[in-house]
Amino acid sequence: MLLLLFSFLILLGSAALALCLSGNPRRAQDAAAYGAVAAAAVGLVPALNSVFTGSTETFAAAWPVPLGSLSFSLDPLAALFLLPVFVLSAFSAVYGCGYLAGSSKPLGRAAAAFNLLAAAMMLVFTAANAVLFMLGWELMAASSFLLVLFDHEKEQARRAAFIYLAAGGTGALMLLAAFCLLGAGAGTLDFASFSPLSGAAAGAAFLLALCGFGLKAGFIPLHVWLPEAHPAAPSHVSAVMSGVMIKTGVYGIIRIMGFLHPWQEWWGWTLIAVGAVSCLLGALFALAQHELKRVLAYSSIENVGIIMMALGLGVAAQVYGSPALAALAFSGALLHVLNHSLFKGLLFMGAGSVLHGAGTAELEALGGLGRRMPRTALLFLVGSAAACALPPLNGFAGEFLIYIASFRGLNSAGPLALAGVLTGLSLAAAGALAAAAFTRAAGTAFLGEPRAVRAADAHESSPLMTAPMFCLALLCLAAGLGSPLMVGPLSAAAAAALGSAEAEVYAAVPLIYVSAAGLILAAVGLIAAAKRGFFLHGRSPASGPTWDCGYAAPTSRIQYGASSFAQPLTDFFQPILRKIGRYPVISEYFPAKAAFSAEAQPVFYNALYTPVAVRLRELAYRFSWLQHGRLQIYIMYIIVTLIGLLLWKL
Amino acid sequence: MHTIAELIIVFIILLDLALAVTGSLSVCIRLVAAQGVVAGLLPLLASSEGPASRALVFAVVIILLKGAIFPWLLMRARDKSGAHKDVEPLITYPASIMLCLGAFIASSWLGSRLPLPKTEVAWIVPASLATIFTGFMLITTRSKAITQVLGYLVIENGIYIFGLALFVEQPMMVELAILLDVFVAVFVMGIAIFHISREFDHIDTAELSELSDWRRGEYGK
Amino acid sequence: MEIIKPFIQFLAVMFLSPLLLGVINRVKALFAGRRGQPLCQLYWDLYKLFMKTPVYSRTTTWVFKGGPVIAVSAVVAALAVLPFAGRQSFLAFEGDFIFLIYLLGLARFFTVLAALDTGSAFEGMGASREMQFAVFAEPAFFLGLAALSRVTGQTSLAGMFGTLTSATWAAAAPVLILLTASFFMVLLAENSRVPADDPNTHLELTMIHEVMVLDHSGPELAYILYGASLKLWLFGALIACMVLPRGGSWAADTAVFLLFMVAVAAAVGVVESVMARLRMIKVPYMLITAFAFSALALIFQMGR
Repeated sequence: MLLLLFSFLILLGSAALALCLSGNPRRAQDAAAYGAVAAAAVGLVPALNSVFTGSTETFAAAWPVPLGSLSFSLDPLAALFLLPVFVLSAFSAVYGCGYLAGSSKPLGRAAAAFNLLAAAMMLVFTAANAVLFMLGWELMAASSFLLVLFDHEKEQARRAAFIYLAAGGTGALMLLAAFCLLGAGAGTLDFASFSPLSGAAAGAAFLLALCGFGLKAGFIPLHVWLPEAHPAAPSHVSAVMSGVMIKTGVYGIIRIMGFLHPWQEWWGWTLIAVGAVSCLLGALFALAQHELKRVLAYSSIENVGIIMMALGLGVAAQVYGSPALAALAFSGALLHVLNHSLFKGLLFMGAGSVLHGAGTAELEALGGLGRRMPRTALLFLVGSAAACALPPLNGFAGEFLIYIASFRGLNSAGPLALAGVLTGLSLAAAGALAAAAFTRAAGTAFLGEPRAVRAADAHESSPLMTAPMFCLALLCLAAGLGSPLMVGPLSAAAAAALGSAEAEVYAAVPLIYVSAAGLILAAVGLIAAAKRGFFLHGRSPASGPTWDCGYAAPTSRIQYGASSFAQPLTDFFQPILRKIGRYPVISEYFPAKAAFSAEAQPVFYNALYTPVAVRLRELAYRFSWLQHGRLQIYIMYIIVTLIGLLLWKL
Repeated sequence: MHTIAELIIVFIILLDLALAVTGSLSVCIRLVAAQGVVAGLLPLLASSEGPASRALVFAVVIILLKGAIFPWLLMRARDKSGAHKDVEPLITYPASIMLCLGAFIASSWLGSRLPLPKTEVAWIVPASLATIFTGFMLITTRSKAITQVLGYLVIENGIYIFGLALFVEQPMMVELAILLDVFVAVFVMGIAIFHISREFDHIDTAELSELSDWRRGEYGK
Repeated sequence: MEIIKPFIQFLAVMFLSPLLLGVINRVKALFAGRRGQPLCQLYWDLYKLFMKTPVYSRTTTWVFKGGPVIAVSAVVAALAVLPFAGRQSFLAFEGDFIFLIYLLGLARFFTVLAALDTGSAFEGMGASREMQFAVFAEPAFFLGLAALSRVTGQTSLAGMFGTLTSATWAAAAPVLILLTASFFMVLLAENSRVPADDPNTHLELTMIHEVMVLDHSGPELAYILYGASLKLWLFGALIACMVLPRGGSWAADTAVFLLFMVAVAAAVGVVESVMARLRMIKVPYMLITAFAFSALALIFQMGR
């Protein structure tokens, strides 16, 4: 615990130092990055210790804030979520130094906000008091809001930041309500003193927590801020936001559910439904996006959906009396949390590298970057393969556990079988869609010929950027092959989440086999590559143009682009996607020029939120007579309120 | 015996799916006929002892009606009406097949909730409900008058199978009554379609809305 | 002996699978009234291709060269969990079919990327279609395996096919027939056979799988062809294991199994000879039908 505190102080101190140094942007950023790396090195020790030994450390001190106390707790669940905080914030801070080098922005302040974000997330994961938790939560929201506003001169960034702020505020209100419900009986907001609710109150607390945390986790339909904010933020920030910050929502849901035993049947089904919809639609929307970081943002929604679905399966299993299955499903969800943070961090850094090297992340303008930025291309491909859950990389391990849970559910009696089928089927369908989305993104960005001049002039990023990506890619591979090692810690964390006394050991054997099979795959691959080398030994392959079917004047515009690649699928799912397209109509015998455009729409934003916002604004206008814009009157409001409160309390 | 009966049930459901995806009118007519014939065979297999002679006669009558006379009438109506030879659905085929699947899932659930006497053949109730739903779907999502007749026939098949589930004995009286109704219905529809097509040159039911005297702008004129 | 049997089976698959394509071609030739290629044509083709020096497009990167290598390795690794004549391979574990599905996904991922690497419009088109059909084929295949898992109560391929006996067939014939039909449709689509795709077409615009490998030559093309034959074996073996419950001794089972594999190939050949290929927009309908079959089978089994 002491080390954790130390790490927290390092983060805060380096943030302050970066603020002081903001006259010299480079130095400020370096200081912050050193701080983040040191904090990670220090903080990983207690986190790893807790994860692997399953021990729980607590720390409590008095705090003069009403209902608050400085109580911290580091149990295996919190430690598991802390791991990506440290890993990703350290790598992202280093990456950020390369990414923002040469920028004329106030880098000191940005770096300070970044370290503050990491510190706030530490606070969220270790707080054992609701007031402290909310403090961390709001600090996290504020610092990430500032980071989203990094490019504040762009209209898009301002809009994204505003939507993000609104979503964060709404979520925090709901969380306050949920914590009040939980702490109403106890008179204090310490987590340990929460009294169990029952019946409708528990249901209400669950719904409030689901919506409040869901607004951070970003599952559909509470995701609208996510595809706006992630592309707007600088890439290393998107990596942390997508890799770790949205997981605070997942953590919150798990944590709150721990206070709400016994669980109710419909909670599981709600989680499964929300998760299934998110993972399917997230993958589908990812397929329709035209900007690399937006693709990744929607893929995050998909992965949060997968995690939610696994949690739902676990809840259903617990309710229907199958705790071993519940532990398995929860471990799958937790493992996927870890894995997603690794590969999504890598992918966002890759996207940032593209943005940095080619000046744009619009897929239709990219192409051929594989020859111009070979290292980024390789690392992005590794990340894509992991995101498609392809063995032997890490994305597969978590999904595999969830699949196993769904199949065990399928083979049990009653409604659990249905839960298993729904989970497994949604996972399989989302996997196929995600594979299409990522082959499309990686293929159009890195392969083929450049589609625009800027892509043709792209340059490889500095080692300061590629080195963190390389480390993350290695971690992806290592986490994939080393997943059996995680079984023990995961079951301890799952036991903490489920509130059961002892951890159930369940799935060690299949994961070991998966790793073994992954090694076999690698061996076969090496043999096949060696054989190819043997056959080609001493021969010099010829090179020529790509087969063009005899067409004499090919241009790079002829290539299949991002929209054409996705067109068969997006057309099929047009009732859901509602993309707006303009197709050329050929009327003459020798058509000269034709234009085609297709635009993905934020369906939920347009169809769900805009009408609500319009109604709200109409409603608010009715009260506009309260707004006079005169200071005196506002002060009068305050005085009147104070007197009113005083009278009421008398 | 029961495995064969179950196979027939599966076959009936597959025919439902096929009806949901078939684009050709004549194939549709044949599929409905096949479903009627197969459903007619079912009572012979569902009873555990050998078929009684009464059941045999009854089955022959049904198979003759549904397998030969109705298709012949409908084919004639199709040819005489000179309509296009496809069913012109209002929704896409994938949507139809998903609706059909959804109907089957819903009817499996419904079948387990309905207080019915236990049948020895599995899925007979879900299959009948799904067939009835497929009939409804044909009626509501296809634009032609002739597919509406087909829809009614499919519903009749469904009710017939449902009758099998309800009365383990021969559902003769029920079936005879329904059959009579449907026969009259097909007969009337056949004549009606013939006449509609003579008047309007096609049998698209959407055009029947022309006959409505409640058209926008002309009301109260 | 028991220990080396799985390895013998594995090697037999590695060696025998190119034969299936020969059988298909012979059956098609028979229908067309020709004599057709020799049964072992693919072996000669592979030998020839391995001896050839490839030509690489100037646009391509390592993905183009590495794609076929990774794809074929993924399929070979998938064979490691594939049962042979209802008997387990040397690698069998809970959820191994998930691993198998994702290995096929890995192969597809890199085949598609290798196609996109050439920058050719044709290959992009093929890649796009391949991914589109995979979106429909994978859930169908997955749901079929789920139904099979529910029928047998097992969660590994070896377990599922090991407990599948003639008694299971007697009890759950409709379900298993539906599954066989569904798997056969998935086989046709995944292996780019008629009616989903025509391996012998000569127009790039209508191709799917063949157009993706237009630019490959030499050892890479050999890897691709070999991988395709392994994949055909893989899906055929799943059907064979399901239809032929293991009965007698290893030798007898193996003989029947091999005969049945030839029969599956012949069935593919018959389908190719008597059917025209579907219009491109109709292919998803076929796969949705396969999905519906799998779903029906699962619903039946769960409603029991």
